[in-house]
Amino acid sequence: MIDVKNVSGGYKEAPLIVDQVDFSVRKGEFFGVVGPNGCGKTTLFKLMSGVLPLWGGSVSIDDRTIDQYDRKSLAKKVATLPQLQQSYFTYSVRETVMMGRYAYQSGLFKHPSAVDERIVDLILQQMGLSKMKDLPITRLSGGERQRVYLAQALSQEPDVLLLDEPTNHLDFSYQKQLLDELKKLALTSGLTVLSIFHDLNIASLYCDRLLLMEKGRMKKMGTPDAVMQKTLLEEVYQSTIDVYANPSVASPQMNVMPDYPYAADGALGPQLLNVSEEKLVFQTSQPLKTFSSAVVGAGFGWYNHFVNYHVDKSFDCSQPDAFMREKFKEWQLPEHETLAMMTAAYVTNYASRHIIEDDFSLYVVVTAGTSNAVDVLHGEKHGFIAAPGTVNTWIFVEGELSDQAFIQAVITATEAKTKAFGECEITDPVTNTTATGTSTDSLLVASTQTGTHIEYAGPVTKLGSRIGRAVYEATASAIEHSLKGKQL
Amino acid sequence: MSKFFTYAGSLIVLAAAVLAGVGAGSVTVPLPEIVGVLIEAAAPFSPAEGSVNASIIVDVRLPRVLLAGLVGASLAISGAAFQGLLQNPLADPYTLGVSSGASVGAVLVLFLGLSFPIFAIFTLPIMSIVTAVLTLLFVITFARMLDKTLSIETLILTGIVMGSFLGSVISLMIALTGEELRQIVGWLLGSVAMRGWNYVGLLIPFFVIGSLLLLIQGQELNAMSLGEERAKQLGVPTEKRKAIILLAASILTGAAVAVSGTIGFVGLVVPHICRKLFGVDHRHLLPLSLINGATFLILADLISRTIIAPVELPIGVITSLIGAPIFAVILYHQRKERAVA
Repeated sequence: MIDVKNVSGGYKEAPLIVDQVDFSVRKGEFFGVVGPNGCGKTTLFKLMSGVLPLWGGSVSIDDRTIDQYDRKSLAKKVATLPQLQQSYFTYSVRETVMMGRYAYQSGLFKHPSAVDERIVDLILQQMGLSKMKDLPITRLSGGERQRVYLAQALSQEPDVLLLDEPTNHLDFSYQKQLLDELKKLALTSGLTVLSIFHDLNIASLYCDRLLLMEKGRMKKMGTPDAVMQKTLLEEVYQSTIDVYANPSVASPQMNVMPDYPYAADGALGPQLLNVSEEKLVFQTSQPLKTFSSAVVGAGFGWYNHFVNYHVDKSFDCSQPDAFMREKFKEWQLPEHETLAMMTAAYVTNYASRHIIEDDFSLYVVVTAGTSNAVDVLHGEKHGFIAAPGTVNTWIFVEGELSDQAFIQAVITATEAKTKAFGECEITDPVTNTTATGTSTDSLLVASTQTGTHIEYAGPVTKLGSRIGRAVYEATASAIEHSLKGKQL
Repeated sequence: MSKFFTYAGSLIVLAAAVLAGVGAGSVTVPLPEIVGVLIEAAAPFSPAEGSVNASIIVDVRLPRVLLAGLVGASLAISGAAFQGLLQNPLADPYTLGVSSGASVGAVLVLFLGLSFPIFAIFTLPIMSIVTAVLTLLFVITFARMLDKTLSIETLILTGIVMGSFLGSVISLMIALTGEELRQIVGWLLGSVAMRGWNYVGLLIPFFVIGSLLLLIQGQELNAMSLGEERAKQLGVPTEKRKAIILLAASILTGAAVAVSGTIGFVGLVVPHICRKLFGVDHRHLLPLSLINGATFLILADLISRTIIAPVELPIGVITSLIGAPIFAVILYHQRKERAVA
C-alpha cells in the first residue's frame, strides 16, 4: 500500500532530520510512529505527504512514487489530519469539510458537484456533525473541532490517512472516541492509518505495528510487544520506564518512574499497629506496594491503611466488599488507600515477629483460628462455604521487591504456615489427617519499595528464610493463643 | 437563494451610489435628468448636445465616479486576497507597504518624466505594478526571515516600516525635483478628482485582468487560509497559485495607485465588513468585496467633495478616518481571541 524506501530529508539550512527510514504498511493496517521529541516523526510524515521534498529514497503509494502524482491526485490518495490549529477566518463546519473535496472539483470556479455535496453530507452524518453543520467552527469544543478536521480529511476519500498526534488537546473520552472511529475505519473500509503518538500506552493499545524512532533513524519496528521493551524505551527516552502487562488486554503498558526517592518513614514495626477488640489496623504514612488476597484491595496495589476486622463466624459473606467500604466511612479511613481482610478469629490473639537486618526489615502479623482446618489433599470432602478468613498473614518488608520476590514470599509464607499447622498438630476434623491450613486463609505481602533491591524471596534466600521463620513462629504462637483463649 | 439576494442587494446599492455620485455636487442634477443623460451618452450616435449639466455629468462626474469605483473595487478585492493568502485579516495593500511601493514607481514616472516607448501611455501603471511587486516580495521575504510563521505583527510592522521608508524616498525625490509641493501632497493623499476618461481607460485593462485572475481563486484561498501546508495536503498546487494571487493583487494595487495615489485602508475595511455580513467563503467574499469596494470608494469620494464644500478633502482622509479605527478593532479582537485560546 505505502512503501517508504530509505527515505531521508529535512529542512533548508539544517542537518538531516530523517535518516534512511525504511518500512511499508499494508492496506487496512493501523501503524503507529513513536519516539522522543525531535526524533523526526513529524518530518517523516511531511516527507510522506509530499509537503517536504525528499533528499533521498522514495515514497510509493500503490506502486507509484509520490512524485509521479500531481498535487490533486496525491490528495485523493493521502489525507492528513492536522494538529488542531487556529485559523483567523471562521468557516462553518460544512464549509470546512467541503474544502476536503478540493481535489475532486474542476472548472474555473470549482463549484461543488452533486457528488461532492452528497459525500460531504454523508461524512458529516457519519461523524455525528450533521446537527452542527452550519455552526461556525469556533463555537465547537476541541473534540468536535478535531472531528470536523477528520471529516475534512475523510472527504478526500483517501486510501492512506496520516495523523500527527491526533489526540493532542483531547480529553480522555474524546481520545477514545476518535481512535475507536479510526480503528473501525481501518477494519471495515480498509483505510490505512499511520499515526504519530506521544502516548506510548495509547499507541500500544490501538496499533497493529509500531515504529520507534531515535534521532531520525529507525530504532525498532514490530508489534507493540516487540517494541515496548523496558531497556529499549529507557535507552531511547533517556528515563526510567516500567513496562507491565495490561490487566485487561494483550498490549503492554508503560509507566514513567519518577527519579526522586520515596521518603521512608522509619522501620515498619509494632509501633504502627493499633489493636482493638474488633480490629487490627496497621498504618503507614507512605503507601506500600501490596500483593494480597484481601477482601478489599486484592491483587497488586498501593495502600497505607491495612485492616484485619473480626466478624462472627455466622457473618453473611455475600457482599463483604460493600460491607467493608461502609465500615471505612465509619472509621474515616480513605476508601482508595485502605486494604481490608476479615477473620472469624479473635484479633487480640494475634502474634507478630519483627526482624531487622542490614539491608531490609521485616514485620509479620498473624491472626489464627483452627476451626475450619483443612488438609489440602481432602479439600473436596468439605462443602464450599464462603466464610470469613481464619488465618490472616501480613508480611511487611522495608526493601525493594521484584514481582518475582512478591510471589516467592507468598509461597514461602504458605509453606511456613503449613509447617506451623503440622508442628501444632492441628487436624482436619473431617478426615482426621494433619491439616495444612484452613479453608479461608488470606495473605498479604507489602513493601516500601525503597532501599535495597531484592530479586528473590525463596526459602534459601536471606529474605525468604527470615519470612519462613517469622511466619512459622507467629502462626504457631497465634494458634497457641487461640487454643488457650476462647475456642472458636 | 440567499446568495442571490446578497449579490442583488450589493449591486443595487452600487447603482444607487453611482447615481448619487453623479448627481450630487456643486450643481445638483435631478435623477430623471441623470438617467436621460446617461442613456444619451451610451447611445451609439449621440447628438453633440451642449447642455451644461450633460457636460458636467459626462466629462467631469461620470469618469470621476467610475474611477473611484474601479479603484475601490481593485483595492478591496486585492485586500481580500492578501488576507486569505497570508491568513491575516490585517493585510491589505496599504498595511503591507505595497501601495507605497507602487507610489514610488508612479512618482518616478511622473516627476522624472520617464516614458518607455514600448509601454506608451501604460508606462505609469506598469512601473507602479513593477515596484508594487518588488515591494511585496521584499516585505514578505524580510518578514519571513524575522519570523518563519509570518505572524501578523511581524508582517504588518515590516509593511508599515517599509511604507514609511518609501514615503521618505518619495519626499526626497520630490524635494530634489523642486516641483510645487501642494499638488504632490494632494496626489500622495490620494484622489480621484480631475483625472478624466484617460485614467479610467488606463486602469480598465489591468482591472479586468487582475480581477479575473483573483475571482477564480476562491476555493484555493479558502484552503490556503488554513495555512499553506494544509492547502498542499488538500491538493492545492500552492506555489503556482500563490504566485498568481500575489501577482494579480499587485497588478490591481499598482494600477489603482498609479491613477489615484495612495488611498489607505479600503482593502482592509471592505473585506472585513463583507466577512461580517456575508461569511468568509472566498468564492463569494472576492466578488462581494469587489462590488462593495466600488460602492465604498464612490461614497467616500462623494463625502470628500461635499462635506465641507466648496473645499475638497483628499479621499484618503475619509478612508483613513474610517479605516484606522476598524484596524484597531480587528487587532484588539485578534489579540483577545488568541489570549483566550
